[in-house]
Amino acid sequence: MSQKNWKEIPIGGRITKPGSSLEYKTGTWRTFKPVRDESKCSQCLLCWIYCPDSAIHVKDGKIDYIDYDHCKGCGICAEICPKKCIKMEKE
Amino acid sequence: MATIKELSAIPERLVSGHRLCAGCGASIAVRQIFLGTKDPIVAGSATGCLEVATTIYPYTAWNVPFIHNAFENVAATMSGIETAYRALKKKGKIKENIKFIAFGGDGGTYDIGIQSLSGMLERGHNILYVCYDNEAYMNTGIQRSGATPYGASTTTAPAGKVLPGKLQLKKDLTAIAVAHKIPYAAQATIFYWKDLVNKATKALSVEGPSFINVLSPCPRGWRFPQEKTLEISKLAVETGVWPLIEIENGTWRFTYKPAQKKPVVEWLKAQGRFKHLFDEKNKHLIEEIQKKVDEHLNYLEKLCSATAV
Amino acid sequence: MTKIIPLTGDQAAAEAMRQINPDVVAAYPITPQTEIVMTFSQFVADGLVDTELIQVESEHSAMSACVGASASGVRVMTATSSQGLALMWEIVYIASSMRLPIVMAVVNRALSGPINIHCDHSDTMGARDSGWIQIYCENAQEVYEMMILAPRIAEHPDILLPVMVCQDGFITSHATEGVKIIDDKDVKNFIGEYIPKDPILDIKNPVTYGPLDLQDYYFEHKRQQAEAVKNAIVKIPEILKEFNKLVGKEYGFIEKYRMEDAEIAIVCLSSTCGTARVVIDELREKNVKAGMIKIRFFRPFPAEEIVNTCRNLKALAVLDRAESFSGRGGPVYNDIRSALYQSVNIPVVNYIYGLGGRDIDKNHINIVFNDLIEISKTGKIKKLIDYLGVRD
Repeated sequence: MSQKNWKEIPIGGRITKPGSSLEYKTGTWRTFKPVRDESKCSQCLLCWIYCPDSAIHVKDGKIDYIDYDHCKGCGICAEICPKKCIKMEKE
Repeated sequence: MATIKELSAIPERLVSGHRLCAGCGASIAVRQIFLGTKDPIVAGSATGCLEVATTIYPYTAWNVPFIHNAFENVAATMSGIETAYRALKKKGKIKENIKFIAFGGDGGTYDIGIQSLSGMLERGHNILYVCYDNEAYMNTGIQRSGATPYGASTTTAPAGKVLPGKLQLKKDLTAIAVAHKIPYAAQATIFYWKDLVNKATKALSVEGPSFINVLSPCPRGWRFPQEKTLEISKLAVETGVWPLIEIENGTWRFTYKPAQKKPVVEWLKAQGRFKHLFDEKNKHLIEEIQKKVDEHLNYLEKLCSATAV
Repeated sequence: MTKIIPLTGDQAAAEAMRQINPDVVAAYPITPQTEIVMTFSQFVADGLVDTELIQVESEHSAMSACVGASASGVRVMTATSSQGLALMWEIVYIASSMRLPIVMAVVNRALSGPINIHCDHSDTMGARDSGWIQIYCENAQEVYEMMILAPRIAEHPDILLPVMVCQDGFITSHATEGVKIIDDKDVKNFIGEYIPKDPILDIKNPVTYGPLDLQDYYFEHKRQQAEAVKNAIVKIPEILKEFNKLVGKEYGFIEKYRMEDAEIAIVCLSSTCGTARVVIDELREKNVKAGMIKIRFFRPFPAEEIVNTCRNLKALAVLDRAESFSGRGGPVYNDIRSALYQSVNIPVVNYIYGLGGRDIDKNHINIVFNDLIEISKTGKIKKLIDYLGVRD
């Protein structure tokens, strides 16, 4: 986002665009990246509920994708996965 | 209670792009608390890791209306919002059912924010207050708080040649909240998501103030690898350090008891903030800590029978 | 229809609040403001207002709750004094930074220590950099009228700054006067409906309030606040035009008393102005061309009007009911001197008086005018800054 001047931003420090942090890519923080083996996944959705960054997306009750633009590579999903279908791979 | 599949259909209220540490327990806590309702939510946070990392101008990770005011006053601030809501509802200017959730770290809740929390609980506002307890003032660099446990090393009560970390006990804030005679209070932690979401659901459906104390392990401050956050959360419960309890209208009960209670040394050896306790001269402190854990569990058992309906 | 009822300054503030009927009031009692909260609480208990009253547990929580409620999009009012204002200080700054149109009655009382419950202006003078609009009232009538005026100023879309309406503790707050009351419906018509901007309770358009600014945005946000104060200087006279019609007065940023041909004059605020007028009339009987500038709006500071009013003076004295401990006089004095510099080159002296409720009477004011007479004759200042009424 290019920096706006004082006339261009809302008054009072208000951020009027909810969820605008999606524009900030924290994915660059990682060293290791979670890689999912879809064939082993039991769709328990634990990785979804435990991700600190809301980076694992679910659609219609099934794991849809991992948002690599924002995943920080903490490895919680790989640790918790009961089927061990997520592996942390060096980028 | 909803299944995890049903919960997964709820749109995300806290989105990606916030700058909390990789593996942070606090954001997991917030995400799980939010699953306690499908109703619209207005959230607030005290100054601290959560607020600072989620609202770096011009970015916000909140997909719901959100307010941060100052460090010690999220409860008072939300009191104002909840009251404005009631005023508008009374005048027919607002129709929706809105849930009000105030978040504060242990800093903004146990210590500097305790007065504000107390006032809110006493006045009976329809607000859920969630403390994400990471047992120190983490955002400013791991300084001790009233929630820091006995024997933990922090940057203002560090382990050194003469002193072994914090010498004071951890405040029992859950009991303080219950002392306000509120309809619902609970202790939870992020590994036990079902228990936590259950508690959030209950808290958000009562009339009046509710309080949930969520132990939120911090990889940076507690010194453990970032992928172990959930494991540490589980250990806290398995060793009895963080009992999972709920108090409904003054009746205390355990919501979960580990099948096999682990010795507290398992909890201590997994975290760098306790490593000094394994020096010869400090080893007796481990026994003291085990004693305190057992005493507290005993005390809770007595409370449960004394207050059973 | 004209109705005059006996009210103290505190009761006058409460009566105005009753007629405004704010959605939320969050307040904590402190002498000498307590009467405002107690009177208003009785209105609530008797169903005379629709206000939701939050009996907070401290002034810090009072302003915090006001911030939450105002950000939610409702009309909010509160009141405090002295230590209460000091306790809520960080939130006072936050309220104006969030551009929330909160109206607060402040009953001026000395700041501790030692603890003193009586009148001086150290409390609100201490908050003069907070970005709030500050109005000083001479008597209960003015308190009543300025409280009704305040929401219109605060809520103006080009202003959106909180307003403090000040009155002298005990002197005004606890003294009964006959106050001319406006009809309930006329007050309602004047203040109108509050149309909030970016309300938190608009869940369809979620807003984040109170973000973290790094080095790259804080300055811009502060620049916006400064612009709002500039806008206030332009918009307040417009609002006053409408208000003056309603109350049959000629309110402005300042009030000029016998300044048309004055050669010597004093600047003062609040109740002291009443005493000053009597002294000026007596001096005028003796053909001394004395006058007074009463400052009503201290923030924004009405520099232009003051400069224009002082052009033909031979000497000016500024009375400060607060010490700012700069070693160089009180807050009003320094703002006046700074405004006059390089525009009006006259001797300007300072008298600090009345701290902690120390009384000021006609004798004291005569001392000031005698000094001014001396200065205007000799052109020499014996003492630039002096204390009036302290035991030396």
